[in-house]
Amino acid sequence: MSTTASRPRFLNLLLIRMPVGAAASIAHRISGIFLFLSIPLAAFLLDLSLQGPEGFTRAAEILSYTPIRVLQVVIAWSFVQHVLAGIRFLLLDMDIGLNKSSARVSAWVVNCAAPVLAALLLWGVW
Amino acid sequence: MSRQAHGLRAWLLQRITATYLLLFIVYLFIHFIRTPLSDYTDWHAWLANPLVNLATGLFVLSLLVHAWVGIRDVIIDYVTHTGLRVTLFAAVILMLAGCGLWSLRVLFLAAIGGSGA
Repeated sequence: MSTTASRPRFLNLLLIRMPVGAAASIAHRISGIFLFLSIPLAAFLLDLSLQGPEGFTRAAEILSYTPIRVLQVVIAWSFVQHVLAGIRFLLLDMDIGLNKSSARVSAWVVNCAAPVLAALLLWGVW
Repeated sequence: MSRQAHGLRAWLLQRITATYLLLFIVYLFIHFIRTPLSDYTDWHAWLANPLVNLATGLFVLSLLVHAWVGIRDVIIDYVTHTGLRVTLFAAVILMLAGCGLWSLRVLFLAAIGGSGA
């Protein structure tokens, strides 16, 4: 028992040097969790925005509050990261870009494009 | 489907819903770039359109399934304690079913023309 317990464990995600594909994969999970958590807010805003012109204006007001805008930054990144990494996974499932070098390139593209496109998305919406 | 195929079914369901979610999002982008959201009347009229209303309803259902399969996988991977796992499953199902029914009700009210106000 004691030998099992004292066995070195190396699961510190901050210390493990992850290959870029692993970073894309874990980012897909994290962004998915954020998107899941934002579902109630989305349902609330959908309901409010359809409660007459006052509700629509109120929903727009809520979306312009600073803390909600910070949340929108997180949601925008999560959305783009999840969609791009998701498309990458769908392509990999179809044996497209499956060899090591192209899989690494596509993972880099996804991870780098996500923040850029998220910024563009927010710039377009705001 | 046999018990052995459960994993395959979840895998397939995740990809089918992902594809629909993606197609709907592409449609949303094209629509709102061409006709930016301006006021309540436009917003309500757009969502009351039967085709948009049904497509959005299907989006809500796909999102529920997709979120459930995804979050379930995450919980199975990281939560090993059975009691905690079952509790989290229940909480996620309640949250998703609640938000889903809520959204579908809102969509239904928009479709039958009620402004809710």
